[in-house]
Amino acid sequence: MTQKTAIGNDQVLLEIKHLKKYFPIKKGFIKKVVGYVRAVDDVSFSINEGETLGLVGESGCGKTTVSRSILRAIDPTSGQVLYRTAGGEVVDLANKPESEIRPLRREMQMIFQDPFASLNPRMNLLDLVGEPLLVIDKMKSRAARMERVAELLKLVGLRPEYMQRFPHAFSGGQRQRIVIARALALNPRFVVADEPVSALDVSVQAQVLNLMLELQRKLGLTYLFVAHDLSVVKHICDRVAVMYVGKLVETAPTDELYFQPRHPYTAALMAAVPVADPRIRSAMTPLEGDVPSPANPPSGCYFHPRCPFAIEKCAQETPTLEEISPNHFVSCHRAHELQLIGVGEPPENSS
Amino acid sequence: MNNLTKPLLTVRNLKTYFKLDEGMVKAVDGVDFDVFPGQVVGIVGESGCGKSVTIKSALRIVEKPGEIVDGEILYHPQKNADANDGPVDLVTLKAHGKKMRDIRGNEIALIPQEPMAAFSPVHTIGNQLIEAVRLHQKVNKKQAFDIAVQALHEVGMPNPERRMGAYSWELSGGLRQRAMIAMALTCNPSLLIADEPTTAIDVTTQAQVLNLLRSLQERHNMSIIFITHDLGVIAQVADFVVVMYLGRVMETGTVDDIFHNPQHPYTKALLESIPTVHSPSKELLPTIEGSIPHPFNRPAGCPFYPRCADFMAGVCDKRTPSLQKINDKQSVSCFLHHDKAEEDEAA
Repeated sequence: MTQKTAIGNDQVLLEIKHLKKYFPIKKGFIKKVVGYVRAVDDVSFSINEGETLGLVGESGCGKTTVSRSILRAIDPTSGQVLYRTAGGEVVDLANKPESEIRPLRREMQMIFQDPFASLNPRMNLLDLVGEPLLVIDKMKSRAARMERVAELLKLVGLRPEYMQRFPHAFSGGQRQRIVIARALALNPRFVVADEPVSALDVSVQAQVLNLMLELQRKLGLTYLFVAHDLSVVKHICDRVAVMYVGKLVETAPTDELYFQPRHPYTAALMAAVPVADPRIRSAMTPLEGDVPSPANPPSGCYFHPRCPFAIEKCAQETPTLEEISPNHFVSCHRAHELQLIGVGEPPENSS
Repeated sequence: MNNLTKPLLTVRNLKTYFKLDEGMVKAVDGVDFDVFPGQVVGIVGESGCGKSVTIKSALRIVEKPGEIVDGEILYHPQKNADANDGPVDLVTLKAHGKKMRDIRGNEIALIPQEPMAAFSPVHTIGNQLIEAVRLHQKVNKKQAFDIAVQALHEVGMPNPERRMGAYSWELSGGLRQRAMIAMALTCNPSLLIADEPTTAIDVTTQAQVLNLLRSLQERHNMSIIFITHDLGVIAQVADFVVVMYLGRVMETGTVDDIFHNPQHPYTKALLESIPTVHSPSKELLPTIEGSIPHPFNRPAGCPFYPRCADFMAGVCDKRTPSLQKINDKQSVSCFLHHDKAEEDEAA
């Protein structure tokens, strides 16, 4: 590759460059295309090996579309998804035919949001967790599959004796463990987790988050963690990328993003988080207005109609992502001059 | 008119059971709490703890086969002539009778969980608001229209007159939730029940809705029962907190006591297990072992004992602790806090 790319660096596992996904809006009898929903509009970022990158934003900002485009569950409109395979070779997943991606599928897996929808109720755990082994590993022997499934169930904290049971016998947290076991069946290197704990009860969320952290340490996994809960993202991610209406507005190491945000939208998100402490109440300041439609975004910076710091330039020119300090990228015309407040200092804990 | 020392709503030993073919689901099994005028009471609990069934019981809208089998729900009507007659026990009223219909929607209003599902998609917002107004107030269509516009204006809906002609699906999530709040406000309720009003919406919109509810509460001095599983939201809006688990109240207290001086092992463990933006990254969280039992296999004794770190064999699994005051504002249902004398009395 002649271009300067982040993936030239050995530590980078995945680099996304200028990724775009436009969904056509069709109207009328002949299904004429009358416009496009710019679900993902020129997004670039990279993920290092063994790291967790959080992707946050409000609903409809395109975070799920990004994660699906990376796995080629949907085909991106344009852009590159550069992935370093286990063999060390760099491939562009976005522009390869499905037949060439197939062998790489085992390296990339997904954990879904709703464990009540992602497990077939007619299959027992052996079939569910063993299916990738049968389909991709061609592991025909039932005994061998049983052995591997038992190992996987133990890995995620379930008893191997449960193998013959069906999903209805398990609670939400246990089901999410089953989904994780299935994703790990083929020893993946890269796991996309799309809102993995948002469907779970509060007391069970912590168990699944701990499991994901432990598995990462044990197996050296790389996660792309898509979520809208900023407290959960803070807890599990090394770096965080913030999206707004299909565009990346800021990426930075987690603590830096939360305590020293440089984009007004990130600051607004942080200010809106309800803090679980009744002694700090005034903190919650809402952002006015609504998220614009990605089919008809505003001019210039997409955030300018809601931005308290917008100037004339913001309505005319679209800002580009620039590295404002090492590893901290922001896309805002006024990033250098603004003094923004993040989540603030931790409360003094009396309990 | 309001006597500040008298509670507006008193729930005592409420039991709502669902008789199913597979067995009895004790969704609410002995719940006690009070709501005072002008107070925001937060009911917090995980799925299946009975928080929604509790408020459905108070509104008398529990679906079959659910049934209130015991307890009382005393409400002090604020509006009608018989306001001084003392409290009405809602449990004894006919669910579809005139008296209950006069209270439901008029004195006690509900903001349901999913504003998308709560509005009719084939009637305009205005139509539905006017219907609510005319159901409870003797006004003509023009006056009802004005009241509805006023309510939309109050919740911060831009262009309220124009929005009267809009359908619910034309509004964004935040505006739809505002319209829902406007509908609840049209009759000036004394008690507003908000059932997870911000669960389905984004964090920035959630902040807007919470701020709106806070300011409306101050302006009208109404009482709010706020139901949620999100401890962050509870900390931000509630004055008084009721923590529920498997149909029972575990702990009640002021919001400050619950967050800074929790006494029940469940409250403590729950608070420790949630990640916050201030907790250190990439570190294991303390967790509550196991998961919430299925309603058919509720444990005998204290419902939390199989997951409790302070479980006392022979006590917690044998008898159910009652909710007892530990100081003038905080009550706990846990044997760790029962005096010996009280324990014998309870047994």
